[in-house]
Amino acid sequence: AAGMFLRLLSDVRWRAANPKWRRMTCSRRSTSSTAEPHPVSLPAQAQVVICGGGIMGTSVAYHLSKMGWKDIVLLEQGRLAAGTTRFCAGIVSTARHVSVELKMADYSNKLYQQLEQETGVKTGYVKTGSISLAQTQDRLISLKRIASSLNVMGIPCEIITPKQVAQLHPLINIHDLVGAMYVPEDALVSSANVSLALATAASRNGVQIHERTSVSHVSVQKGRVTGVETDRGQIQCQYFVNCAGQWAYELGHSGEEPVNIPLHACEHFYLLTHPLKEPLASNLPTIVDPDGRIYIRNWQGGILSGGFEKNPKPLFTEGRNQLEIQNLQEDWDHFEPLLSALLRRMPDLEALQIMQLVNCPESFTPDMRCIMGESPTVRGYFVLAGMNSAGISYGGGAGKYLAEWMVNGYPSENVWPLDLKRFGTLQSSRTFLRHRVMEVMPLMCDLKVPRWDFQTGRQLRTSPLYDRLDAQGARWMEKHGFERVKYFVPPGKDLLDLDQSKTFYKPDWFDIVGSEVKCCKEAVCVIDMSSFTKFEISSTGDQALENLQYLFSNDLDVPVGHVVHTGMLNEKGGYENDCSIARLSKRSFFMISPTDQQVHCWAWLKNRLPNDSTLTMEDVTWKYTALNLIGPRAVDVLSELSYAPITPEHFPSLFCKEMSVGYANGIRVMSITHTGEPGFMLYIPIEYALHVYNEVMNMGQKYGIRNAGYYALRSLRIEKFFAFWGQDLDAFTTPMECGREFQVKLEKGMQFVGQEALLEQKQNGVYKRFTMFILEDHDTDMDLWPWWGEPIFRNGRYVGKTTSSAYSYTLERHVCLGFVQHFDEKTGEELVVTTDFINQGEYEIDIAGQRFQAKAKLYPFSSLFTHRRRKDEVELSGYQRE
Amino acid sequence: AIPVRSSRLPLLSDAMPAPAHLFPLIRNCEISRICSTVCYCHHKHLCCLSHFAHSHFRYASQKRFVALHRPKENFNYFIHTRDYASTPQRFYLTPPQVNSILKANEYSFKVPEFDGKNVSSVLGFDSNQLPANAPIEDRRSAATCLQTRGMLLGVFDGHAGCACAQAVSERLFYYIAVSLLPHETLLEIENAVESGRALLPILQWHKHPNDYFSKEASKLYFNSLRTYWQELIDLNSGETTDVKEALINAFKRLDNDISLEAQVGDPNSFLNYLVLRVAFSGATACVAHVDGVDLHIANTGDSRAMLGVQEEDGSWSAVNLSYDHNAQNEHEVERVKMEHPKSEEKSLVKQDRLLGLLMPFRAFGDVKFKWSIELQKRVVESGPDQLNDNEYTKFIPPNYHTPPYLTAEPEVIHHKLRPQDKFLVLATDGLWETMHRQDVARIVGEYLTGVHHQQPIAVGGYKVTLGQMHGLLTERRARISSVFEDQNAATHLIRHAVGNNEFGTVDHERLSKMLSLPEELARMYRDDITIIVVQFNSHVIGACQNEEL
Repeated sequence: AAGMFLRLLSDVRWRAANPKWRRMTCSRRSTSSTAEPHPVSLPAQAQVVICGGGIMGTSVAYHLSKMGWKDIVLLEQGRLAAGTTRFCAGIVSTARHVSVELKMADYSNKLYQQLEQETGVKTGYVKTGSISLAQTQDRLISLKRIASSLNVMGIPCEIITPKQVAQLHPLINIHDLVGAMYVPEDALVSSANVSLALATAASRNGVQIHERTSVSHVSVQKGRVTGVETDRGQIQCQYFVNCAGQWAYELGHSGEEPVNIPLHACEHFYLLTHPLKEPLASNLPTIVDPDGRIYIRNWQGGILSGGFEKNPKPLFTEGRNQLEIQNLQEDWDHFEPLLSALLRRMPDLEALQIMQLVNCPESFTPDMRCIMGESPTVRGYFVLAGMNSAGISYGGGAGKYLAEWMVNGYPSENVWPLDLKRFGTLQSSRTFLRHRVMEVMPLMCDLKVPRWDFQTGRQLRTSPLYDRLDAQGARWMEKHGFERVKYFVPPGKDLLDLDQSKTFYKPDWFDIVGSEVKCCKEAVCVIDMSSFTKFEISSTGDQALENLQYLFSNDLDVPVGHVVHTGMLNEKGGYENDCSIARLSKRSFFMISPTDQQVHCWAWLKNRLPNDSTLTMEDVTWKYTALNLIGPRAVDVLSELSYAPITPEHFPSLFCKEMSVGYANGIRVMSITHTGEPGFMLYIPIEYALHVYNEVMNMGQKYGIRNAGYYALRSLRIEKFFAFWGQDLDAFTTPMECGREFQVKLEKGMQFVGQEALLEQKQNGVYKRFTMFILEDHDTDMDLWPWWGEPIFRNGRYVGKTTSSAYSYTLERHVCLGFVQHFDEKTGEELVVTTDFINQGEYEIDIAGQRFQAKAKLYPFSSLFTHRRRKDEVELSGYQRE
Repeated sequence: AIPVRSSRLPLLSDAMPAPAHLFPLIRNCEISRICSTVCYCHHKHLCCLSHFAHSHFRYASQKRFVALHRPKENFNYFIHTRDYASTPQRFYLTPPQVNSILKANEYSFKVPEFDGKNVSSVLGFDSNQLPANAPIEDRRSAATCLQTRGMLLGVFDGHAGCACAQAVSERLFYYIAVSLLPHETLLEIENAVESGRALLPILQWHKHPNDYFSKEASKLYFNSLRTYWQELIDLNSGETTDVKEALINAFKRLDNDISLEAQVGDPNSFLNYLVLRVAFSGATACVAHVDGVDLHIANTGDSRAMLGVQEEDGSWSAVNLSYDHNAQNEHEVERVKMEHPKSEEKSLVKQDRLLGLLMPFRAFGDVKFKWSIELQKRVVESGPDQLNDNEYTKFIPPNYHTPPYLTAEPEVIHHKLRPQDKFLVLATDGLWETMHRQDVARIVGEYLTGVHHQQPIAVGGYKVTLGQMHGLLTERRARISSVFEDQNAATHLIRHAVGNNEFGTVDHERLSKMLSLPEELARMYRDDITIIVVQFNSHVIGACQNEEL
């Protein structure tokens, strides 16, 4: 069965070019004969050991060696490029939803294009272009959104009519199409040969490659990689890179110190046919028909067609299973819906003869994005895996970013969406992964509409109030495994069911959220925000303060009971985290961060705080339930429940106090709401959660209290121009660029991380500026809604992208937040962005190809702060998490 | 290899070239596909003239299948039919319409549980019939014996009208039950009748609302039955009743009564005509008697009983529990020849038919093949005008020298049920001529267990096109989905019998076409189908087996 793939692997001349390889080839040949000479022995030590000889491993080796790291060993348990890499369809497609994925794919494409020239290895690179078909208007909108992104990135791309599709591809049935997206520079490669080419180049740069060598486990000492154990001996090393593909999870768990790499394999099928009577041209565009769940490319005069079915077959759940691997067979009955879709798309293929149905397992991740980066628990342990069947498209770019990460400490792009640390141990349950990937794989072809939520792997982490809120009509979304309320459906009101509610336009919950927002503005609402990451840091002496002062940009040496909004910056001044820190006592601090910071922030601090028994850091996320009381009447509710004076004189803004609420004592009350509205956050020990909630709701009745959800919060924070980490803020954004200079104390009397970079920015100006846009001619009822990632045009020229958006019920307009850059009109060089530059432009936001006029603002509307109590203590540009 | 099964009968279109334009109704479909289930000759039981009253068309269609028909007549027939099938537009029944047709006669019986347990070896049965004739000539019966143990189930295929099948379906089980009754019970019953007391109930019937009993004849039938049990009482052998013997006696006695009633006649003119119609028409019978692990099949004619056996590997196989009494059965041909002088050897079986006319070699009624010529003439002449005017009844079979040529005596097969015997299928030839018993076993077995032993497909080195593969896969999927459509195993089987395509799976389009044929045409493409599927209780059977060991 594998015989046919010899053609894919036909070119082996590259081995002859390399003496080392010739030796190995000889030894392999003689395996079948009697006397087997010993293969080249492993080195005793190396700087880097890469496990996995697929596209990822070879790409990392290639890029590391290009960047000057030479002492690298790549280990492959079988043969190079013999796993998923060998079987994958070889389509290089840049049509991606996530910006960083798009950039990786674009880089890969450019890399592969010149790889043959660089290495002399035939890669089979053919620029065929790709056509993504739309059978529905919604699909076309989705494609138009991608097309907008591609165009501003300089990747040629156009939306075409069905007739044009027919001109580009002779076999397509266009009768059910409404349009398509054509990306002329997309390509086809022989994936195995690309991998071999990368290996050849790496080998020439000094990387040692050893096949038929399995890594049994990685040795760790004091939280650092020290070496690897293989079936052929030990190698000491400083860095280990896990590129083991679908085996990455198991390899991660093989050592004493487990590294959680949440991915799970699913069977993936594609069909190969004999050539057509009139063989298909090798430059015929690849067809992607997401509504039919299939892709079709030309293959040796015939076609190769596979897809992502609705009912995937996960496998290897119980770990590697030799029997299962051998039994990976063609499953035609399973493939039937895809075959139907293929024949519907290309009816003329009926008479085409089948060559084979290939079963090629692919690994999928819980959020459909690949996994990259350093382990939060083991330093020097890097991972690159979980490609969600886009390994070839991402291979080059992902390898480059990981190499940069290892060499420079961080990639040249923000890769947080792909960072291994976005996951915790909670995503590594096999049951969770099995269930989730069965949802993820079909999503490859599903319409990606704003605000969809995963349905599997839910109700894992919940607040103690979950059932109470659920009974009151709560609709839930999930973040980092934690259930959070989107909004509350009032009794007697029904929303559309899940599938029907998918829309790019005004959603069905519009009025519900509107009334929640209104209540926040006029009375009081309670939002359960228990998912926040909460750490307590304390010390016997001043160590806690000293260390935190170094790690955080704002001044934490404030009187006890004060709350400080501050960034946790990297050396370049970029936000690694954005948090609120309350000083509980002289020597202890309570730190609140976004939900998905639980792993990343912990690892960041752990790696930087001294390993000192006098300084303790504890994750107390699970200990507290957080209720946010938002609205002008919050103060009345709280004062009635606590019999304590809560007037601004006694309880100013940004203040933290332990007090009793109802019968419960020891509630940490903070005068912040993360929205700019007046109100309080209540951090309640979980055993009191239900009591306090009941008390608040009872007492609040006369003030018109009601439950609210995160959608209301989101609308409130965006209209107030509050940025939120992970969406608006990332490791490449500094406080200077988002108008948060006031949260940085450059002269706090001591050095802190990122200080130099910020000082430099202060002097020289910033190259991007966080800006708020109010859509002017946008009809909320009729027009497409903005989401995020929409290109921003200034005087007709592209200047940046939006990062988040929401409808402001107060302004009755859509508000988009995003970054504006200043490119030199001639050279394209990045220039300093000044306030004048922002203010003196005519702006447009491109939503799926349609441009809407927008008004740019650098400061929020002051009229929105009518409820502020003290002018100077408003949480101007506080922070927000979602 | 692709396990494409094909158990298709030879295509009619090959055997009898019929230009597509002659079938305007179905001209838009592939004629060969429609024809592939058409049986060689549906009106085969009786190849000569049919009913007492019939249309010219029916007459012609009958003639078409007369063994000696000439091609020219055949051509004429088609010319005639063009008038009937003049609706040129395509019409299809929707799946719900198809289902309502298929399910109109379905019936299910579940043996009631006592104390949460079913102690019977029978779990229950599903039955159904699909007419092709109008009215249908098949009958079915099912009943539980109340004075002895056991359950009776039977299918009856009438020919030359439905009168005989109807009478047999009403009466045969009483004859069997009475034959099985011990002496004391017979006495008790006779005494009750004598003294006008309430009668012990003998049978509990399990009837579909469409299964009717004739009220008018009940008194007549009862009297004949009473005469029978009176004779049994007089004969009192004192021995315990042997089931096999009881079945044979009951069959023969009933046929004899049918014959006698026609000879004697009845003062009531309606009844007089009825008994004559019963006697001049015919019916085959295939009856099962299940009592614990003892299964007896009594068969007369060409309906068939088949046992569904689940092998250790889960697959299904079929075991025949009856022999067809027709020209294909060598022993049967031999038997008939033995019963008549050597001089008649050549004329006895012609064109695979008894005396060149009748397909089943055993049957109830059909006195034309049983009575002497004199008796036939006397009865017809003294009979009512309707009978006298009918060409068929007056017609004497050729080479009719040494009657009787036909008997109702059944062949009885006894089978001890084993735990692997999961179900029994009783069905008239309408089923068996479209489906192989192995397929029947598999389809019912898979239906009852809900498990679909579908071999995975592998292309291997074979040349398969995408279109072929797609067709095959669609059929396989339909096969699974069709299982879930039916709540009745017999319905499921009929769906397959009528709708199966070359892949052995149900093709809705085909099913729809077959069911939307007008009455006049339906009979050409299929025969009446009657099916009873009895499901056995393996636990009880296993326990019985162990006790016996």
